[in-house]
Amino acid sequence: MAGDFIRHLDDSGMGTGRTLAQKLNIDITLFLLLLVLCVSGLFVLYSASGQNLSMVYRQGTYFLIGFSIMLLISQINPRWFQLAAPWIFGAGLTALLLVLLVGVGAKGAQRWLSVFGLFRFQPSEIMKLAMPMMMAWFLCSKVLPPQPKTIFIALLLIGLPAILIVKQPDLGTSLLVSVSGIFVLLFAGFSWRWILAAILMAMMAMPVMWYGVMHDYQKQRVLTFLDPESDPLGSGWNIIQSKTAIGSGGLEGKGWLQGTQSQLEFLPERHTDFIIAVYAEEFGLVGVLLLLGLYLLIIFRGIYMASRARDTFSRLVGGSLIVTFFIYVFVNIGMVSGILPVVGVPLPLISYGGTSIVTLMAAFGVLMSVYMHKH
Amino acid sequence: MSIALKDARQEKVIFKSRAWLAGVMVFLLLSALAARMVYLQVDQYEVFATKSENNRVQLKPVAPIRGLIFDRNGVLLAENLPSHSLTIVPERVDNMPETLALLQALIDLDDEALIRFKKRNKQWRRPYEPIPLKYRLEQADIAKIMVNSHFLPGVQVEAELVRHYPHGADLAHVIGYVGQINEKEKDRLDPVRYKATRRIGKIGVEQEYEDLLHGEVGYQKVETNAQGRILKVLDREPPKPGQNITLHLDAALQSTAIKAFNGRRGALVALDPNTGGILSLVSSPSFDPNPFVNGISHKAYSELRDSRDIPLFNRAIRGQYPPGSTMKPFIGLSFLEYGVTDWSEQIKDPGYYMLENDERVYRDWKRRGHGKVNLSRAIIESCDTYFYEMAFRTGIDQLAPFLSQFGFGEQSAMDIGNALPALLPTREWKRKHKGRSWYAGDTLNMGLGQGYMLVTPLQLASATSVYAAKGKRNKAKLVQYIDDRWLENDEDLPDVEILDAANWDKMNKAMNDVVISPSGTARAISRNLKYAIAGKTGTAQIVGIAQNEEYDSEALEERQRDHALFIAFAPVEAPKIALAVIVENGESAGLTAAPIARTVIDHYLDSLNRTTEVDYGG
Repeated sequence: MAGDFIRHLDDSGMGTGRTLAQKLNIDITLFLLLLVLCVSGLFVLYSASGQNLSMVYRQGTYFLIGFSIMLLISQINPRWFQLAAPWIFGAGLTALLLVLLVGVGAKGAQRWLSVFGLFRFQPSEIMKLAMPMMMAWFLCSKVLPPQPKTIFIALLLIGLPAILIVKQPDLGTSLLVSVSGIFVLLFAGFSWRWILAAILMAMMAMPVMWYGVMHDYQKQRVLTFLDPESDPLGSGWNIIQSKTAIGSGGLEGKGWLQGTQSQLEFLPERHTDFIIAVYAEEFGLVGVLLLLGLYLLIIFRGIYMASRARDTFSRLVGGSLIVTFFIYVFVNIGMVSGILPVVGVPLPLISYGGTSIVTLMAAFGVLMSVYMHKH
Repeated sequence: MSIALKDARQEKVIFKSRAWLAGVMVFLLLSALAARMVYLQVDQYEVFATKSENNRVQLKPVAPIRGLIFDRNGVLLAENLPSHSLTIVPERVDNMPETLALLQALIDLDDEALIRFKKRNKQWRRPYEPIPLKYRLEQADIAKIMVNSHFLPGVQVEAELVRHYPHGADLAHVIGYVGQINEKEKDRLDPVRYKATRRIGKIGVEQEYEDLLHGEVGYQKVETNAQGRILKVLDREPPKPGQNITLHLDAALQSTAIKAFNGRRGALVALDPNTGGILSLVSSPSFDPNPFVNGISHKAYSELRDSRDIPLFNRAIRGQYPPGSTMKPFIGLSFLEYGVTDWSEQIKDPGYYMLENDERVYRDWKRRGHGKVNLSRAIIESCDTYFYEMAFRTGIDQLAPFLSQFGFGEQSAMDIGNALPALLPTREWKRKHKGRSWYAGDTLNMGLGQGYMLVTPLQLASATSVYAAKGKRNKAKLVQYIDDRWLENDEDLPDVEILDAANWDKMNKAMNDVVISPSGTARAISRNLKYAIAGKTGTAQIVGIAQNEEYDSEALEERQRDHALFIAFAPVEAPKIALAVIVENGESAGLTAAPIARTVIDHYLDSLNRTTEVDYGG
């Protein structure tokens, strides 16, 4: 049923000849859905930033840059992605190594790399794109479904950057990058038996993670997630306040700019990671369902576009990127509404922040590219 | 098993099936999020709506204004003055040591204030509750803090009403003072009523009437942000101010009495016999209660505490002295009551008294004796031998119950909770506390108000007041009106009834002669008397004098001299004031204690006449 709808959406963009959008390699449906999401996001940000217009302008600028990058990338033939994938991946790994050696950062984490003092960027963001490309590049030349040896090498390719990012430390991004690689494996036909085995291994790895890898602040997040009331003024504060904001929004919400939890600053990080709480408080369940619906349409459209791509590499890259996008949405809303532990994941295209916007829009650019370049 | 080959078609089929699966999973997981949102926003809506409202709206308690205290003429004795204090909200301070250092450079902050602040900072308090650092800021200090407020986040200047006692030391032992609520008091106090209150009555009227003076806490419903900053006031329930209290006390009379003491140690209590109202209550020396309101410095407190004159000690209600010969009118009445003698019987006084079968000599204060003495003369000249004899005849089992009717040995004041009951000895008491039986000699000593018997100045004055009212017992009390309501006795005490009421007047005559007779012990104050006064002197030995040893006051240290006592009331025919004076180490009651009494009575009766004249004139 949902598939029919997506196909219908697709048909609307398909004329007899090549339309202007097609000539520009733009998928009008996805473009419009993203536009609606981004514009809504600006309104939410205006409220969540405490009516800080300059912040909204900056976010608008990021959107402009993001859309431009999306359009630029969608002009590139996927063949070039395939050729460049190992190089981008290699560059990304190098950058991650450099971060650990000469990176800059704040609050005890080194995540940024300063380029000649001109600008700073997070190499882990590059990995969000480089990882699916690399995996797709690697797998598309192998026999699929992947053989054990292939899987072993693939897991190494996932593990290397994941470990480097964990070292920064940035567990959230590391998991998301790993997940984007694993999705490629799944789309490539990774067998269910292996998946089951992997889940079992992951469960066994949990104690190792707890005692060996995780930092105290990460452990604290998990503990707080399990029982936020145990530390209501400390680390449990965020979750208690965000749940209060969401719940008090009720069916119809308190109205735009009327959310007391957010406007009176009870909500922490309200314009970044916790922005969905502001939205839920002010627009209620109705607003939340509309937003979830919008995300659902974007993701369905993305999956459809990936499945219509011309070759295995394109399909794998596109599929992984759009499902990873879903993971962002799910993890963020799940975390803010208190069903997942707090990890620093912004709500895609709503939370304030240029880095996240640029990376996401670049991903959508890749998705458009693999869908639009059919021949 | 065939050898695996690249198969583009197969790959596409796999992808499509996985893509379908992904689509279904995405739909299911987003539905799970939606379900979570339904749970939070619909099922749990009430819970979170309430939580959010509680976040936003806070009830801020507002302290009531403490009731005022006036004297009988409407003179203000305890007031509330606006005062600015320096407070710090530690949550808003970035760097506490730096902030404190800067404040120290700006204004005068003593180490003790800093130590106290640091101690409070470690204790539990409500988040964002300011901690006081310095009270009573000068205008210049306020200006300096304001100018530098940019560098002092979290530092505030707060205006509040602070208790002030305009009469200072004059009334410290009557009104007492309020001070910071301590941990022990916090456990005892109603946490709701005292939510915004910082100080509580520690002693005196402030403590005794704390409940009425305090008032009822009010509330402000305010909208605050997460930092606790008030954004707007939504609703308010004003606090109810405490009730005003009017005392029986006359501030001018009190001041006169204190001047009359001229720095000597001692106490004076004066009452209106018609009501039991306390007109003056002096404990000398006294102390300034004002520094206690904001917490007295350790140094100043040690000085007061360690002073040899013990100014913090309330002699008037807690000082226990042997009453000496001031007991004689009361004891004399008991002789008549039990019929051991009458007004006419005379005995011969050789200057000492001896019991049969006892070698101990009970001496009279007059070595050669008073000659032939009847009851009147025994009172006027304070003959000891007469009282030895009659006390012996009466016996302790009749003396003690009779005296207890006047309130000796009990704390019967109505609103002076920490007054002491002192001691009226009995046979049982001695057996219990001294482990010995009562000897006849004990009775003799008691006949002179010596020995075991102890009284407080308040008790002695009350008894004198009962005596002046011819047995009508009104409880001693400080408070006259609460707001405009007359304070009734909480329970009536049985009046002192004697078989022959004429004995009151006859005894009054003898007591009047104590002052006006040329042989009276208080004759020194008889000059220019405009009214009839009844009085009785007394001396209380504080050093035991060995048998046959000369009493040589010159050789004794000043502080080992006898205490001088005097009780009096006036005018005799219709008493308006009754009092007891004790001058520690005053030695001669007639020369030290009696003149103080005279000054006080003169002042009071004069002031009554003035009021009457004004009344007539108006």
